[in-house]
Amino acid sequence: MKKLILVICLLITSHLSLGAGDIQLLKAPVNLEDKKSLQRGARNFVNYCLNCHSASYMRYNQLQLIGLSEETIKKDLLFTSDKIGNPMSISMDAVDAKKWFGAPPPNLTVTARSRGADWIYSYLRSFYRDPSREMGWNNAVYKNSAMPHILWELQGEQILDQKTKKLSLKVPGKLSTKDYNQFVGDITNYMVFMAEPNQQKRKQIGYYVLAFLLLLLVLAINLKKEYWKDIK
Amino acid sequence: MPNNKNETTGLIGWIDERFPLSSFIKNHLTEYYAPKNFNFWYFFGALALFVFVMQILTGIFLTMHYKPDAALAFASVEYIMRDVSFGWLIRYLHSTGASLFFVVIYLHMFKGLMYGSYKKPRELLWLFGVLIFLLLMAEAFFGYLLPWGQMSYWGAQVIVNLFATIPFIGPDLAEWVRGDYLVSDATLNRFFAFHVIALPLALAGLIFGHLIALHEVGSNNPDGVEIKAVKDKKTGIPLDGIPFHPYYTVKDLIGLSVFLIVFASIVFFAPEMGGYFLEHNNFVPANPLVTPDHIAPVWYFTPFYSILRAVPPILNSQFPGVAAMGLSVMIFFLVPWLDKSPVRSIRYKGLLYKKWLTAFVLSFFVLGYLGTVPSNIWGQFNSLLPLLGGGDVATFVARIFTAIYFSFFIFMPYYSKKDKTKKVPNRVTMP
Repeated sequence: MKKLILVICLLITSHLSLGAGDIQLLKAPVNLEDKKSLQRGARNFVNYCLNCHSASYMRYNQLQLIGLSEETIKKDLLFTSDKIGNPMSISMDAVDAKKWFGAPPPNLTVTARSRGADWIYSYLRSFYRDPSREMGWNNAVYKNSAMPHILWELQGEQILDQKTKKLSLKVPGKLSTKDYNQFVGDITNYMVFMAEPNQQKRKQIGYYVLAFLLLLLVLAINLKKEYWKDIK
Repeated sequence: MPNNKNETTGLIGWIDERFPLSSFIKNHLTEYYAPKNFNFWYFFGALALFVFVMQILTGIFLTMHYKPDAALAFASVEYIMRDVSFGWLIRYLHSTGASLFFVVIYLHMFKGLMYGSYKKPRELLWLFGVLIFLLLMAEAFFGYLLPWGQMSYWGAQVIVNLFATIPFIGPDLAEWVRGDYLVSDATLNRFFAFHVIALPLALAGLIFGHLIALHEVGSNNPDGVEIKAVKDKKTGIPLDGIPFHPYYTVKDLIGLSVFLIVFASIVFFAPEMGGYFLEHNNFVPANPLVTPDHIAPVWYFTPFYSILRAVPPILNSQFPGVAAMGLSVMIFFLVPWLDKSPVRSIRYKGLLYKKWLTAFVLSFFVLGYLGTVPSNIWGQFNSLLPLLGGGDVATFVARIFTAIYFSFFIFMPYYSKKDKTKKVPNRVTMP
């Protein structure tokens, strides 16, 4: 039994290294109960990300899980496809994309599961001006990332202090820092949802299953006691 | 008029005249006498059987939707997770089941080591068990390639390349296993075939053999007392034996309930188990052109993987490490003949054996942990130190614990003989 506990402790306390670099990641404001945030995130994602990045394991109609009606999805979000049952794919060719960016923009459907929410949130907040890069942008979380700062009009321009490794806003954008952080927070929240659309349902069912199993355990203990009465 | 030795009538009687149904139920359940002093360690055999059946059942449903094709595999797994009705549940049951299969098997093996369940006349029972463990590792390895993520791909690449280190035939052998110059669609297809038919079939056969051997010699128990030695004079039933059904079927139901609570907690609330059951990098589709920074096998292979990394190459060949890793598993086959102790159970063995077993379990955990992390995790020794200077601290620690791991087996004939044992009672003791 002690060993079992030890295994569990070992499993919980130590984490696999993710190669996140030396920068401290920011805590992403993930809340899958916040349907409004998820809906804003879905809209931001479709408007800004879904031009170069595909999310082709995800179907548009699954957005109904975050409280959007079929009509709203068709009217406001269905830009890259004509049928609501279609996946969120893009028309950009992967070979062209590689030529243009140096690396094809990855499919983002399950990125929240490979990189983690904090990484995505920090990444989207950590672009800075770097004239030495082809696109003029670099990223403090993912060094020499091939992606230009798509949201620069909203965030403005940050610069990196090479000594302190701290980012500071040099040219303000359309959004205040607080609003921008919420904007990318919503996208992150949405990406966590998209990585596993059934996760809320999974947890809900989980409580019922555990309740049933606890009942089964009580019954099993009593049944065993009854049968074992005569064994000494 | 009943026409069979069980004197059954009706439908059961009709069957019994043609097939040993009632005899089978008697021999293996209602009149199979198991020692009455089993403790919780004796749950894990039945639980292993339960997980095996569950892996087969969930596997059947996964196979209905999965596509063993390098271009489609990753997407088909996501299709199962999203579009197949309750596909996520079936997939998590299968992935969690794989990890818990090893948890249960490791605990089951530890019980065997504690209570000397491999000693005469149970050597063959133990050999069947080790063989099952070996095939289970192969089954898990083949299955891990199927999601076709980065860890699937590079894990398979690393393991298959181990074969390439075998002198003379190595490179050709590795190519033959892969069916290509690198892990590819051909590899995925053959691994799928092994995972869904070849190994499950072999495992089913071996589990059958394991159970037949068990029921031939009878179960050992925490006291290591042979219950068949003291029988009721009239009935011939062991005095310390109770019918497996209903006594142990109802008791195992408790074990099963607790196990299912743990199982369900993981499946419904932490299916990735912090990256140990489903690795983060495996949510990136396999890419033969991008090698991940850190390739770690799934947790259940890491003690053996640590041993592989701990052994230094000799004459530029990695083969000694590979051989040590193979040996670290194979050595379990020898245990029945390495243990020279006159008693079975740890309850009547001396302090010496207890110390060695503790050291072994500790080395298993330390090696297991080190296998999940890069070997530079604890930094390097000061370069001024003689011999160790500049070497990875973690590698050094892994070497020490590899030595302890093997010492447990190598010195067993010596310390098990020297150990001061206590007197074993004639009858089992109840807690």
